Amino acid sequence: MDRLRRAFLAPGVVTLSLLFVAPLAIILLYSFQSRGVYGGVAPEFTGDNYSRIADGLYGAIFLRTFVLAGVATVGCLLLGFPLALFISRAGKRRNLYLQLVMLPFWSSFLVRTYAWMVLLRDTGLINTALTGLGLIREPLPLLYNDGAVFVGLVYGYLPFVVLPLYATLERLDKSLTEAAADLGASPWQTLIRVIVPLCAPGFRAAAVLVFIPCLGAYLTPDLLGGGKTVMAGNLIQNQFTTARDWPFGSAVALVLMLLSLVLLVVWMRTQSEDAL
Amino acid sequence: MSRLLGLYAAAAFAFLHLPLLVLAVFSFNESRFTVWTGFSLKWFDAAFRDAQLAEATWNSLLIAFAATLASTIIGTLCAYGLWKRSSRAVSGTLYLSLVTPEIVMGVSLLAFFQWLFRYVGMHLGMHTVIAAHTMFCIAYVVIVVSARLRSMDASLEEAALDLGATEWTTFRRVTLPLIFPAVAAAGLLAFTISFDDYVITSMVAGVDSETLPMVVYALARRGANPVVNAISTLIVVGLGVLIAVSSKLQETR
Repeated sequence: MDRLRRAFLAPGVVTLSLLFVAPLAIILLYSFQSRGVYGGVAPEFTGDNYSRIADGLYGAIFLRTFVLAGVATVGCLLLGFPLALFISRAGKRRNLYLQLVMLPFWSSFLVRTYAWMVLLRDTGLINTALTGLGLIREPLPLLYNDGAVFVGLVYGYLPFVVLPLYATLERLDKSLTEAAADLGASPWQTLIRVIVPLCAPGFRAAAVLVFIPCLGAYLTPDLLGGGKTVMAGNLIQNQFTTARDWPFGSAVALVLMLLSLVLLVVWMRTQSEDAL
Repeated sequence: MSRLLGLYAAAAFAFLHLPLLVLAVFSFNESRFTVWTGFSLKWFDAAFRDAQLAEATWNSLLIAFAATLASTIIGTLCAYGLWKRSSRAVSGTLYLSLVTPEIVMGVSLLAFFQWLFRYVGMHLGMHTVIAAHTMFCIAYVVIVVSARLRSMDASLEEAALDLGATEWTTFRRVTLPLIFPAVAAAGLLAFTISFDDYVITSMVAGVDSETLPMVVYALARRGANPVVNAISTLIVVGLGVLIAVSSKLQETR
């Protein structure tokens, strides 16, 4: 019995060990070495790569990554909660609306990011429309800045908050909102003072679920930020390609990985609390 | 309040759906600018005539087929093994592979392959892309198949075992047919994920293995372009069909 079970797991365990765990082990090793003369890796132990992360320039990139990911997370929660509330009150059409939320999520992430370039660029739809209406003379600089990255991240990960918030709203004890109404609370008071506080676990779970991919974002800042807005993901890519400093790139990658891991553990905790 | 909420929801759905709709509409536009001048299929025509695009599409399909086949087999066996008895180490690693930022996965695979190639005479190419895609698709397959296994009536397996079937025969003749819709759904999901991947692919691809997302990315990097709009529309419709079939299969009981 046990041997057969091991046989079922074996191909997966071998593939993941070889192509997921071993590569991480290699960059862990590289992160403690220094850059070779020709861009390779010199086999001497050093902790410099990690101390460099806290340096002014790189520290600023990490700070910026946190701020952008944080602001995008808050944006997703603020935009996603009313939508989840609407769907939870939509009666028979709930499933249709949920599918409408998920639909864009299932199509190509690259294409969805590119779609925003079509809307936001100087000759894009928004600028063309505004110029056509005579509201502006010069095109607004909508693309290649932090704002564009923010919009791209919110657009990309909005479904991640709507689903858990909807699930939380569905599980809400209806008698509590009825009690609030019976005791004279207006719908708004019930929402702010009863429903939102009761949804706190859902907010926490949704926040972590969005914050993790935003922290590791690469494609969105790359295409919509236009190289000006560098997040940690872009820094890693840059170190492995143009800058050819693999040891430093490895250190940045591991720090990002570790942060995601910590957040995953936090998320798992919120899940088990919910189950109680 | 409910009217306000309804208005808000309409705006939110517009935010979620308009970008891709606009992209699709303008891929049929005669002009290359974002002003509607008339219906035309010329950008699709240009996309179909492009030899580089054709080769990249072929590469993407080949990679996606191979990675789907491998990851669906490996992932299904893995899900079954985990269903028989759970293993925190294995499921933990699978979850970790899901939350690892793509760029981290990409550079670590690049470092790993380059290290490996010091000892074996190989280069980055189709095989490294297929290996990488197989790895990151496994977790998705396990999730889809596990969900199905959990809802399966375990007594059917017990009956087969009681009647003298071996473990392997039971899996092959009883369990596998029962979970097959989910396995097919998982395969389609793996196919779309593999076909769409850019970040990891760009790190481990060689000179002969440029994929469709890599070409789209390179063109998009140079600015918006009506041919890219046309390809994007085709990709969205194609992947949409696969995902629709996949979710129907997951609902099949």
